[in-house]
Amino acid sequence: MKTHNQKAWFFVLPVLFLVAFNALVPMMTVVNYSVQETFGNNLFFWQGLDWFENILRSDRFHAALGRQFLFTGLILLIEVPLGIAIALSMPRKGVWVSVCLVAMALPMLIPWNVVGAMWNIFTLPKIGLAGYFLNDVLGVNYNMTQDPVAAWVTIIVMDAWHWTSLVVLLSYAGLVSIPEAYYQAAKTDGASNWSIFRYIQLPKMKTVLTIAILLRFMDSFNIYTEPFVLTGGGPGNSTTLLSIDLVKIALGQFDLGPAAAMSLIYFAITLLVSWLFYTLMNKDNLN
Amino acid sequence: MAKITLSNLRHSYYPAPEKRDDYALKNIDLDWEDGGAYALLGPSGCGKTTLLNIISGLLTPSEGRILFDGKDVTDWTPGRRNIAQVFQFPVIYDTMTVYDNLAFPLRNRGVDPAHIDRRVQEIARLLEVENMLDRRASGLSPDNKQKLSMGRGLVRDDVNVVMFDEPLTVIDPHLKWKLRSKLKELHQRVKHTMIYVTHDQTEALTFADQVVVMDEGEIVQIGTPVDLFARPAHTFVGHFIGSPGMNVLPCELRNRGAFFQGSPVPLEGPVRADASGRAEIGIRPEFVTISDAGLDAVVVKVSDVGRHNVVQAMVGDTKLAAIIEGDVPHKGESVKLSFRQDQTRLYCDGWLATEI
Amino acid sequence: MQKRHIVPVLYILFLMLPIYWLVAMSFKTTGEILSGFSLFPQTWTLDNYRTIFTDPTWYWGYINSILYVSINTVISMVVALPAAYAFSRYNFLGDKHLFFWLLTNRMAPAAVFALPFFQLYSAVGLFDTHIAVALAHCLFNIPLAVWILEGFMQSIPKELDETAYVDGYSFPRFFITIFVPTIKAGVGVAAFFCFMFSWVELLLAKTLTAVAAKPIAATMTKTASSAGYELGLLAAAGTLTIIPGAIVIYFVRNYIARGFAMGRV
Repeated sequence: MKTHNQKAWFFVLPVLFLVAFNALVPMMTVVNYSVQETFGNNLFFWQGLDWFENILRSDRFHAALGRQFLFTGLILLIEVPLGIAIALSMPRKGVWVSVCLVAMALPMLIPWNVVGAMWNIFTLPKIGLAGYFLNDVLGVNYNMTQDPVAAWVTIIVMDAWHWTSLVVLLSYAGLVSIPEAYYQAAKTDGASNWSIFRYIQLPKMKTVLTIAILLRFMDSFNIYTEPFVLTGGGPGNSTTLLSIDLVKIALGQFDLGPAAAMSLIYFAITLLVSWLFYTLMNKDNLN
Repeated sequence: MAKITLSNLRHSYYPAPEKRDDYALKNIDLDWEDGGAYALLGPSGCGKTTLLNIISGLLTPSEGRILFDGKDVTDWTPGRRNIAQVFQFPVIYDTMTVYDNLAFPLRNRGVDPAHIDRRVQEIARLLEVENMLDRRASGLSPDNKQKLSMGRGLVRDDVNVVMFDEPLTVIDPHLKWKLRSKLKELHQRVKHTMIYVTHDQTEALTFADQVVVMDEGEIVQIGTPVDLFARPAHTFVGHFIGSPGMNVLPCELRNRGAFFQGSPVPLEGPVRADASGRAEIGIRPEFVTISDAGLDAVVVKVSDVGRHNVVQAMVGDTKLAAIIEGDVPHKGESVKLSFRQDQTRLYCDGWLATEI
Repeated sequence: MQKRHIVPVLYILFLMLPIYWLVAMSFKTTGEILSGFSLFPQTWTLDNYRTIFTDPTWYWGYINSILYVSINTVISMVVALPAAYAFSRYNFLGDKHLFFWLLTNRMAPAAVFALPFFQLYSAVGLFDTHIAVALAHCLFNIPLAVWILEGFMQSIPKELDETAYVDGYSFPRFFITIFVPTIKAGVGVAAFFCFMFSWVELLLAKTLTAVAAKPIAATMTKTASSAGYELGLLAAAGTLTIIPGAIVIYFVRNYIARGFAMGRV
């Protein structure tokens, strides 16, 4: 059991200070902008909640939000089952474990814009490996800069390439924590492979899968750099996800008020959905 | 239910074993009679669990065969052998209810639901968990969890053997004896062949009709608890069973008589003609008494263990234990010790070398 | 090899393809790249790498990145260790809320903070310094480090602390000489994650720097857009950004699975 000790606050003060400096001051700035209008020269006018209303009513925001949910939903549907399947078929001991783990972790350690650039090079028609094979060998008409479907497929495959390993590694950590006796008991109980998965492996992976889904949700919902470098949000607006749209408004058009209001709405949605995930998945544990 | 025969079993965890020491099991030949309650007793690392896993089919032996009722099952999977195993730590299916846990092995084998229900209720009653059948198994106390894993082993009425691998390790001491007597009772009711692996002599002796004592991958003696105590076939058994264990005293073998610290020691019977090698006298502390005549000894320690006292004494350079009831000598006192003749045995290279 | 192992093999092959293509391209001449498809470099060239190692804007990019990533890792670990200890060992007023609030900072879209960060760090006079990027990355790295370390610390029994106090250790001495070495796997993993997220993040790093502390990845973006199609050079720079990651993975390879589970298995 933990003991009550208010002096423990001293241990967390440095963390509190550093994170608050980075989180609260900018957050205050954003809140400040979100209720004002500026015409430059540091002149600000009180605007109330108009920006919020405008954003919430704007088709542009709805479209970006819709694309964002579509993207996050698709990558969760692909990466979670795929990650579990790969983790299940990985070796459990021996040198190959390290080789697998290191190889799989590698994409996650590549700077995000390099990931975008790498996939750009990889998919270029005529020059890229994938572009060449799809167009010239398989005869598919693949050009991501003109075809929205091709652009979507590419950013989804890129994200699966980049992040499925996170689900694999988390699931794998859950799997290796299962004592051998469980498998032995299941064998003598005559359990099928499906039963073993359903009643032994899946329950033991629950905690780590919660973490995996939460992380994948948060990160994919906030994704910016990779699709920006790869497609720039195009063709047209077809791959303009929320973050890309936000940066377009904030830095491209320098509409600080609407951008700030949009930021806050965006943050609130992320927070809300994460919290829902978190409580839903923890509800079972508490019962 | 079946008679289980282990024939010339050898097992090594090395891919290419060379020396005898490479084998975790060195030539096991053994029959387990149908419906018997057996204990497999030995210190940690003696090969008990290896033997158990070979019977259950989780391990394939390097050499030798396993027969169930004369049928060779060596290459069968654990599922096909129709056996049950209870592990050191309770293995339960967390997300299922107690009822579903108990029904699981039957459902996997496609047993009809009415029969499943009957069996589950019956076993739940035996284990005294019938009021928890609807609860999630993850919320149970450790002893109830372990009961549940036992229940999953017992629920199938056609099971060939139920094996217990040190099942009471994680159970609180005050619940241990309760579960132990429960097991004994269960065996009498269901009459399955049961093999109970343990390194705890009390558990082995209270549970089993027949105890198989193992050491370093070999079976050193098979017998009833009384046999093991009364006439250990090997100094290891004598030392391992009993508290304190049998005194093992290095001695000299001259003209087929034993001499300890220069004095002749009368034995229970004649020494076998072929006896040779390192000679030792085995005498249990229960049969060492303080008397007017005998070996000269100096008391070095007296411990009161309740009903009696354990006296440690030095005879020359050899330490000896005696269990004394009534008046005890003091530390440092000189006493004379004598051995009860019909309980004094000679061991050569560890093995019993006297005959009666 | 068992049949099911084909799945990870295929997956790793899929992971390696784009990386292979990047590396292969970095050894090709611009002429070869633009002239059409070739699976292997026809004429091997080290020109792209030579450019990077001789041009200060390129190699300073690397030094800048490594500098701010290292500073960030050190700061994050130094402040996260005691905080994680407090969360794992004590109850105190508001501990649960504080912990949750820390985690929410990982959920904030970096894009939201880009502009305010620029203004904040300009206001305190740290714009275009390594320390600015290092401090900014603390926003998401400290919560992560606290979370990971707390997970690892919870598996250490409290008796360890009590034994040390009974043996007459002062808290700082106990913490540094006994406790931290006991959870060194966790420290390694947490440091690895700080390194990783600081290394791969670009939006904030780019926003907070102009010349003096510009990260390598930002230099790359600029080349890609300004100098037209210098694909070989871009590929070589990209290849070089993979190497530090590969090196740190190697050091934590034995803890990597447990590490990604944040010590919570």
